[in-house]
Amino acid sequence: MLRLIGLASVAAAFAIAIFGIVAAVVAVKRRDAGLMRSARAAVYTNFVLMSVSNLAMITALLTHDFSIDYVAQVGSRATPAYITVISLWSALEGSILFWGWVLSAYTAGAIWFARQRAGALGAYATATMLFVGGFFYLLLLGPASPWGLVSPVPPDGPGPNPLLQNHWLMGVHPPLLYLGYVGFTVPFGFAVGALLSGQLDDTWVRLSRKWTLAAWTFLSLAIVAGMWWSYDVLGWGGYWAWDPVENASFLPWLTATAFLHSVMVEERRGMLRAWNMSLVVATFLLTILGTTITRSGILSSVHAFAEGPIGLFFISFMAITLLGSLILLAGRAGELRGEARLDRMASRETVFLFNNLILTAFTFTVLLGTLFPLVAEAARGVKVTVGAPYFNSMTIPLCVALLFLVGVGPALPWKGVEARELKTRFLVPGIGLLVATALALLAGVRGGWGLAAFAFAGFALVTNVREYVTATLARRRAVGGGFLGALTGVVRANPRRYGGFLAHIGLVLIAIGITASSIFRLDREVTLRGGESVAIHDYVVRFDQLRAEQEPHKVVVYAQLTAFTADGEELGRMYPALNYYEMRGGEPITTPAVRSRLDEDLYINLLAFEQNGANATLHVIIEPLVAWIWIGTGVVALGALISLLGGRGRRPAPIRVPTRPAQLGSRPRPVEVS
Amino acid sequence: MNWKRSLVAFAAGLPFVALLAFGMTRDPNQIPTSMPGQDAPTFTLPVLNAADTVSLARHAGEVVVLNFWASWCVPCRIEHPVLLQAASRYADSDVHFYGVVYQDTEDNAQRWLNQLGQGYPSLLDPGSRTAVDYALTGVPETYIIDRQGKVVFHRAQPITDLAEFIQLIEAARAGTLGPGGASS
Amino acid sequence: MTIRGSSPYAALRAAVARATVPVAAAVTLAGATSVTLAVAAAVALAGAPLGAQESPVHAEGNVIQVPEETQLERDVRSLSSQLRCVVCQGLSLQDSPSELAQEMRGIVREQLAAGRSQEEVKDYFVSKYGEWVLMEPKREGFNLAVYILPMVMLFGGAGFVLFKARQWSTPAPAPADGAAQGR
Repeated sequence: MLRLIGLASVAAAFAIAIFGIVAAVVAVKRRDAGLMRSARAAVYTNFVLMSVSNLAMITALLTHDFSIDYVAQVGSRATPAYITVISLWSALEGSILFWGWVLSAYTAGAIWFARQRAGALGAYATATMLFVGGFFYLLLLGPASPWGLVSPVPPDGPGPNPLLQNHWLMGVHPPLLYLGYVGFTVPFGFAVGALLSGQLDDTWVRLSRKWTLAAWTFLSLAIVAGMWWSYDVLGWGGYWAWDPVENASFLPWLTATAFLHSVMVEERRGMLRAWNMSLVVATFLLTILGTTITRSGILSSVHAFAEGPIGLFFISFMAITLLGSLILLAGRAGELRGEARLDRMASRETVFLFNNLILTAFTFTVLLGTLFPLVAEAARGVKVTVGAPYFNSMTIPLCVALLFLVGVGPALPWKGVEARELKTRFLVPGIGLLVATALALLAGVRGGWGLAAFAFAGFALVTNVREYVTATLARRRAVGGGFLGALTGVVRANPRRYGGFLAHIGLVLIAIGITASSIFRLDREVTLRGGESVAIHDYVVRFDQLRAEQEPHKVVVYAQLTAFTADGEELGRMYPALNYYEMRGGEPITTPAVRSRLDEDLYINLLAFEQNGANATLHVIIEPLVAWIWIGTGVVALGALISLLGGRGRRPAPIRVPTRPAQLGSRPRPVEVS
Repeated sequence: MNWKRSLVAFAAGLPFVALLAFGMTRDPNQIPTSMPGQDAPTFTLPVLNAADTVSLARHAGEVVVLNFWASWCVPCRIEHPVLLQAASRYADSDVHFYGVVYQDTEDNAQRWLNQLGQGYPSLLDPGSRTAVDYALTGVPETYIIDRQGKVVFHRAQPITDLAEFIQLIEAARAGTLGPGGASS
Repeated sequence: MTIRGSSPYAALRAAVARATVPVAAAVTLAGATSVTLAVAAAVALAGAPLGAQESPVHAEGNVIQVPEETQLERDVRSLSSQLRCVVCQGLSLQDSPSELAQEMRGIVREQLAAGRSQEEVKDYFVSKYGEWVLMEPKREGFNLAVYILPMVMLFGGAGFVLFKARQWSTPAPAPADGAAQGR
C-alpha cells in the first residue's frame, strides 16, 4: 500500500512536471494567463505529491515494511527511531527522494512569491525549475527507485550505514546540504527565465536574491557541519581533507559568495550583469557536478554512493544543463552589457572586483585539482593523487588575500574616496593589524602565511566591528536612548549591510580558528600500559583500563582514560573507542574522545591495543581554538539571517537599463525602465 | 541572440563533457599494480605455529604461489577451497603454495585454518613489511612468481575460477606467462 | 515586492527581526571582540608556545614525559604527510589511524633511520604503488599543468581586473548620456 502510494505520487509528479513545462512555454507563446495559472498549479501539486511520497517512505521505514526495496536496504528493527527517520537519506535512492522533495518545495515557494510580477520571465523560470525537478523524478522512477518490490519479504534488514549512527550531526548535515545545494536551482531558474524571455534587467535578481542568500546560508552550515562531523568521528583530528566530495560542496559556495558580493555592484551601477548571471549559472552547474561526482563513481572518495547506470543519467543531465547554459549565456551576453563606470579606483566596487577575482581563482584551483586525476589519466594513462598538500599550498595565499579584502571592503564606501582619505580610514584598522601581528609573534607564530593570516584577521575584525560601533554611536547622538536601542535601530535601518558585517566577523573567527588549530597543533603517538600516564602540554592523561562491549551490530572496544591538568587536578574521564561492525570486515571505525573548550581541544584517538588489555596505543592531539570554527559559523549564519529577514531597508539607487520586458498579454517592445 | 557566440561556447563545453564521460569508463578505486614484471621481493618469514622459517630464495628455479589472507576477510573464505584444490594438485611438484597472514593474530589465523582446512604452510608477516614490499592494498591478493624470480601474476581479487588458475600456473611453469598475465 | 499589509508572514518576520537583532547582535559583537582579544592575549602571553619544548611534569607514579621530537621523527612526520594511505580515502600516512598506515609509517622510519634520503623512500613507495601513492603529483611533465594553470588564471585575472578598473574609472571623453549611449 505504502509502496503504491510512494511510487504513484512520484510517477504523477513526473507527468505533471512535463505538463507544467509545456503549459508554461505555451502560455508565453499564446499569452494565456490561464494556462500560466495551470503551470503554477502543477508546481504546487508536485510539492504535495513529493511530500506524500517522502512521508510514505518515512512511514515505511518506521513500520519496518521490508517489502519495499529501500527499507530492506537500510532498515532494521534494532535501529532506534530517530536513526530510522534519518536513514531516509542514508543511501542513494532515499537521498534522491529527499532531494526531489526539497526541490519541489523550493520551486513551489519561489513561484508562489513571484507569481504577481514575473510575466514571461516567471513562465520560463517555472519551466526550467520543473525541468530540473523532472530529471530527479525520472531518476526516482528509473535507476534510483527506492520503491522496488522485495519478495519474499525478509524479516529484518541490515540497518543504515554505521557511520550514520555514530554522531548526531549525521542527522543534520545531509538535510542542510540539500537545502543549500537544491536552493541554487531557484536563482538558476530565474536567470534562465530572464535569458529565454529577453527580460534582461535586474528583475531576475530581485526575484531570486533572498533564495540565493538562504541557500548560501544552508550550504555554509552544511559544509561546517560536515567538517565538525569529520573532526568528531573520523579520528584523525582534522576537519578538512580536500576530499573530492568536500570540494564538490565547497565549489558552489565559492561562486555563490562571489555572486552575493558582485550583485551589489549590479544593483548600484548596473554593471557586471552578464558576469552575475554566469556566476549564478555556474553555481547551479557546480551543484550538479557535485552530485554527479558523488554518485557516478567517477572519482573515489569517502562519500561515494554506489556506482552504476545512474552515473550515465547524471552525466547526461550535466551535459544538457552545461551546454544549454553556455548557448544561452553566450548568445545573450551582448544584450546584457550595461554602462560600465567606476568613480574611483579606491572604492568598494574595486574591492568587490578583486573579491570576485580571488573567489573565481579559488574555484578554478579547487576544480582543477579535483578533476586533475581524471585529466591525467586520460592524458597519460597513469593514476595520480591530488591531495591536501597541493590544495593547502595553492589556496592558503588566496584565503589570506580574501581576509585582507574583508578588512578593506567595509572601510571603503561606494563610489570611493580620494587617495588622501585612505590614511585616516585605515589608521585604526592598521593598528588592529599591528596588534594582531604582535600577539601572533608572541604566541610563537613564525611562518609568513600564518603571520599574515593573523594580521589580516585582526585588521578585518577591527574594520567590521568599527562599522557597528561608529554607526551606533552616531545614532545615539542623533536619536538619543540607550546603546542597545541604538544598535537595534542601526541594524534595522539597513539589515543587509550590518548582517553582512556580522557574517564577516564570523568568517574572521573561523579563519582564526583554522589558522591557530593548524599552526599550533601538537600531536603525539604513545603506547601506555595500564596505570601509566603521559604528560603532554598542559595535560596528564592516564590509561586506566581497556573494556569491550557487545552491541547488536557491533563490538566496541574502548579505553578508559582520566585526564588531569599539569598540576594534578582531575578534569574528567575520556573514552576513545574502536567500533567493529560485522558488515564492514576488518577495518574498525574510530570514535575519538574530544574534550572541547574555548581555548583548545584535547583530542584522543585509540589506535591499537593488545588483546588482553595490557596496553593501548593512543594518538593524543592538542588543537587550539578549534571551537572558534563552530562558533564563527554560528555568527555567520546569524549575520545571514539578519540580512535575510530584515526586509529591504534603504533601497539602492535605481538603474537605467534598456530592456524589453515581455509581459504575458503584451507585445515585446524596447522600454526604459527605472 | 548571437548564435555564433553560442556555437563557440557550446564547442568549449564539449571537452568537459567528454572528460566526464571518460571518467565513467574507468574504476577510480582500482589501484593499478606495477608488480608484474618486477623481481619478486625477497623475504624470510616465520611459519605459523611452527619453529621454521621460509625464504623465497629456497625456491629459486621453481614456481611460487603467494596468497595474502586474513581471518577477518570474507572473500578469503570464498576463495580458500579453490586454493586448496589447486595446492593439492601441485603437491610434491615444483609449484609451491604459501599463504601470508596479513594483520591478524596467530590464534585467529590458526583457528581459521583449522576450520577451513590447511593444505600448505602459512607465513607470518610482522609489521607488514612483506605486504608493503608486494604492494598490497588489502586482502585477498594472490601472486605467481616464476622460475626467474619475477612476479608474473598479481590479482587483487579472490581466485574463484579453478580452471583459469590452473592454466595460469601452467603458463608460469612453462615460462610463457608474461607480465600481461597481470589482472585487476 | 515584499508582501505588504498585515499578513502573518510579515508579522512573523518583524517579530523575529525585533527579537533576533538586538540580543544576538549585541551579544555577538561584545562577545566576539572581547573574547578574541582576551583569548589571543592569553594564548600569547600565558604559556610557552606549543610545539617547542614541553616542560617536564613532575608527577608521582609512572608518568611518561612526551619527549621532544627528534629530527628523525620530524622527517618521518613530514614524509608521511606526503605519502598516501593506500587503504583510506585520501588521507596521508601521517593522518591515517588505520593499522596498515601505522605499519607503513614504521617502514618509513626504518628506511630513514637506515640513512636513505626522503627522495629514495618516496621512490620506493612509488615503485610499489605507482605515482598514485604521492599526495600531490610530481612536478614534472604534464603534471606541471595543475601547478601552473591556477597561477596563470590568478595573475592573468588580476591584470585583467586592474586594466578594466582603470579603464572604467577614467573619465569618459563624451558626455555620458545613459540611454542613448548604452546598449
